[in-house]
Amino acid sequence: MNLTLYVWRQKGPNDKGKLEKYEAKDVSPDSSFLEMLDEVNEDLIKKGIDPIAFDHDCREGICGMCSQVINGIAHGPDDEITVCQLHMRRFKDGDSVFVEPWRSKAFPIVKDLVVDRNALDRIMQAYGYVSCHTGGCPSGGSTHNGGVPDSNATVIPKPDADAAMDAAACIGCGACVAACPNASAMLFTSAKVSQLALLPQGRVEAARRVRAMVEAMDGEGFGNCTNHYECEAACPKGISVSFIARMNRELLKALPKEA
Amino acid sequence: MILDGKCPTGPIEKSWDKHRFDMKLVNPANKRKFKVLVVGTGLAGGAAAASLGELGYNVEAFCYQDSPRRAHSIAAQGGINAAKNYPNDGDSVWRLFYDTVKGGDFRAREADVYRLAQVSNNIIDQCVAQGVPFARDYAGYLDNRSFGGAQVSRTFYARGQTGQQLLLGAYSALCRQIRAGSVKMFARREMLDLVVVDGEAKGITCRNLVTGEIESYWGDAVILATGGYVNVFYLSTNAMGCSVTAAWKAAKKGAFFANPCFTQIHPTCIPQHGEHQSKLTLMSESLRNDGRCWVPKKKEDTGKAPGDIPEEDRDYYLERKYPSFGNLAPRDIASRAAKEQCDDGRGVGPGGRGVYLDFADSIERVGEDTIRARYGNLFQMYEKITDEDAYKRPMRIYPAPHYSMGGLWVDYNCMSNVPGLFVLGEANFSVHGANRLGASALMQGLADGYFVIPYTISDYLARITPGKITTDHPEFKKSAQDVEAQSNKLLSINGKKTPAELHRQLGRVMWENVGMARSKESLNKALQEIPKIRDEFWNNVKVTGENGDFNQQLENAGRLADFLEFAEILTKDALHREESCGGHFRVEHQTEDGEAMRDDENFAYAAAWEFKGVGKEPELHKEPLKFENVQLAVRSYK
Ligand SMILES: Cc1cc2nc3c(=O)[nH]c(=O)nc-3n(C[C@H](O)[C@H](O)[C@H](O)COP(=O)(O)OP(=O)(O)OC[C@H]3O[C@@H](n4cnc5c(N)ncnc54)[C@H](O)[C@@H]3O)c2cc1C
Ligand code: SF4
Ligand code: FES
Repeated sequence: MNLTLYVWRQKGPNDKGKLEKYEAKDVSPDSSFLEMLDEVNEDLIKKGIDPIAFDHDCREGICGMCSQVINGIAHGPDDEITVCQLHMRRFKDGDSVFVEPWRSKAFPIVKDLVVDRNALDRIMQAYGYVSCHTGGCPSGGSTHNGGVPDSNATVIPKPDADAAMDAAACIGCGACVAACPNASAMLFTSAKVSQLALLPQGRVEAARRVRAMVEAMDGEGFGNCTNHYECEAACPKGISVSFIARMNRELLKALPKEA
Repeated sequence: MILDGKCPTGPIEKSWDKHRFDMKLVNPANKRKFKVLVVGTGLAGGAAAASLGELGYNVEAFCYQDSPRRAHSIAAQGGINAAKNYPNDGDSVWRLFYDTVKGGDFRAREADVYRLAQVSNNIIDQCVAQGVPFARDYAGYLDNRSFGGAQVSRTFYARGQTGQQLLLGAYSALCRQIRAGSVKMFARREMLDLVVVDGEAKGITCRNLVTGEIESYWGDAVILATGGYVNVFYLSTNAMGCSVTAAWKAAKKGAFFANPCFTQIHPTCIPQHGEHQSKLTLMSESLRNDGRCWVPKKKEDTGKAPGDIPEEDRDYYLERKYPSFGNLAPRDIASRAAKEQCDDGRGVGPGGRGVYLDFADSIERVGEDTIRARYGNLFQMYEKITDEDAYKRPMRIYPAPHYSMGGLWVDYNCMSNVPGLFVLGEANFSVHGANRLGASALMQGLADGYFVIPYTISDYLARITPGKITTDHPEFKKSAQDVEAQSNKLLSINGKKTPAELHRQLGRVMWENVGMARSKESLNKALQEIPKIRDEFWNNVKVTGENGDFNQQLENAGRLADFLEFAEILTKDALHREESCGGHFRVEHQTEDGEAMRDDENFAYAAAWEFKGVGKEPELHKEPLKFENVQLAVRSYK
């Protein structure tokens, strides 16, 4: 099939960008959206035109690297998938397709469709962890790992473990931010806060964690949640907005301790 | 040269404890004076950087993605092994050790494997403490499943996202150290050279992938945890950016490359659909717990819908050939068996390159809901890619390049033959031998990163003066100039073919001649073809854009340039190894019924190759392997 693409081109963070028109010819319906872009790029290279820069790595929906707004929707029109998993059979011959980068003040554009999502890493660095000893801690013996108990010493109800896993499935892609009218990173942050708050290991530091992570999130310039639910709709991993509610409860619980 | 793996002597159960006691320590107050560079922040590198940071070393960590959380380890689906024996089915450290040595077809070092089995249990404890949400049963205890090549349930998992959860665990530990200031993270940096001063590793040269700047970093030791190289086949299950570059650049600076021909072809991938495909997708091996492999008995049935082929006309070839392991036969055996069926003209799907993985019996036995709970996300992924519903129609699978057992040579301390250069995870050659059993790469990455390197690196550091060599040393300048010159050269060729086209060309040669089955003839053919493609590359590649800019084509071209040199050494290794073992199958060496035939008399060694220049014969060094605890035996899964 043949498609007309309108792709956002921008040389660098400080340059002005604009949509450029390209033709994608003889596209196989079995190829993925990124494979289609690969082919367009091969063509551009041969014509001596700088190919379209876009982020990607695993190409199987798990690394969270690919990030494109397709026809106005983060990760494209299908539910619960990333761009790399979007297949061309989803489009029709003759379609026009608009391809743009994630847009948010907290995600500066690096080039074309590539944005800088390090703000999400900084939220994680604020407290997205359990402060247990790591690795070859000095007291570790061959059969005993100093400071860390045998894993079955802590029993965790299956529903809690499952709910923690539901939250942990977030791939850190930032589509929630791109989809939100306020560019809020609440879905991302709440997923991590919830995962750790649901587990006994994470419970101990839960109050400090939620305060630190929310503070970091606000400091990065992400907006607030005003219940548009666009994040959940765009999320490739089906992370539920109920985790935002959980995070808010955790925050409320944590506040009195501040005083 | 006879290489010494520096294995401790004495009873194997005690060797790690004894060795740890014998190693030199760095005084806690002195640790912060040492700077360690960690290249790669997947499971191995992420765990190492976090652990070393916590111990008090000054760590600088590097990865080519925008965040350490995106390393390729994230893609691992199935699970991670440990010898906890929670299911009470007879597992033990000894059994895990035994299975791994045997599964690797006796081409791994016993002591390293034993240590791996030993610390495997600590890994699970560590990860649970970090909040990794492993699967649990209704009593709240950890759940296990079984994996290819094992008869016990020792695999821990987090739905179909085990690698992701383990990596996020290591990444969160890393985040904590970044926050604490003990680790400095450099993302979107690609290591393009190793800096060696007076024979010791003292730093790296990177390209800043955003600005295009060439940057130098010094360290008292360098750790490479840069993953595997099977993208040399072009189509593989690896992420697009996986390359041999870091390891190969180290090899060009004197580090020996061991067993490069041991590449794993994974049996359960989604078959290729067309010419312009960029990668192959793996279906987790755990599917083989409930799926049965079959092909039509009659060639004329291959075009029929699977439902129209009656039971008696189906060949459940794995169950027939390997009754005791059946569909859970190890990867090399299952892959080769699938290829045999297809070569025999009984393959299904486009081009006859596929076999069925059928869940109908399991669905009847335990119900669709149970199957959905176990593998729902995999079935969904399969449907997205193939447009077929595997609850109703068997999946089609075919083998694909997946994992590299070979890698830079290291001793028991994970140190290469270049002092100060340590290599962890998939990037080294150590524990898997000629074949890797499922769920053991994640185990190795974390074992190396959390539990081995924190101890062994001190033995090296305690012997040197910290901060003696920094980026002022002329070797750094020279290295940076070389890197810059290579990029400029690539940009100046301005030929007609794109890096992707040439990579596909290389991949075709490699897959056809150095793939699942190799012969002297095919290998010699590859050795003629590879230099031709390399020549064409250096004369006819077209790389657009500029050096001092975000330039993905330049990245691709640089990676391909290294694959084009490395492919030759991989092929030479396969040619020299006149035996069949694990992932290396030489058609000249097989039994009458087509099973691999090892030659322990002549090849019970690790082959470590010393680079002597592009197009020149590399020099072979051997590390003899001794089997004192597991008896050398024919590896039979019948
Ligand atoms: C689809 C898939 C499924 C798998 N499933 C399983 C499983 O179920 N169980 C199991 O045990 N194993 C599995 N494996 C294998 C396992 O995931 C890998 O072997 C393992 O994760 C490798 O970890 P690593 O830390 O060595 O390397 P990686 O995770 O590949 O990390 C490499 C790191 O090095 C960096 N890097 C590489 N080159 C450079 C450079 N030149 N400069 C700077 N940085 C660089 C990267 O940025 C990255 O951070 C699977 C593999 C695949 C592909
Ligand atoms: S919550 Fe969903 S959309 Fe947001 S970063 Fe995580 S996976 Fe992406
Ligand atoms: S490329 Fe990894 S999620 Fe799309």
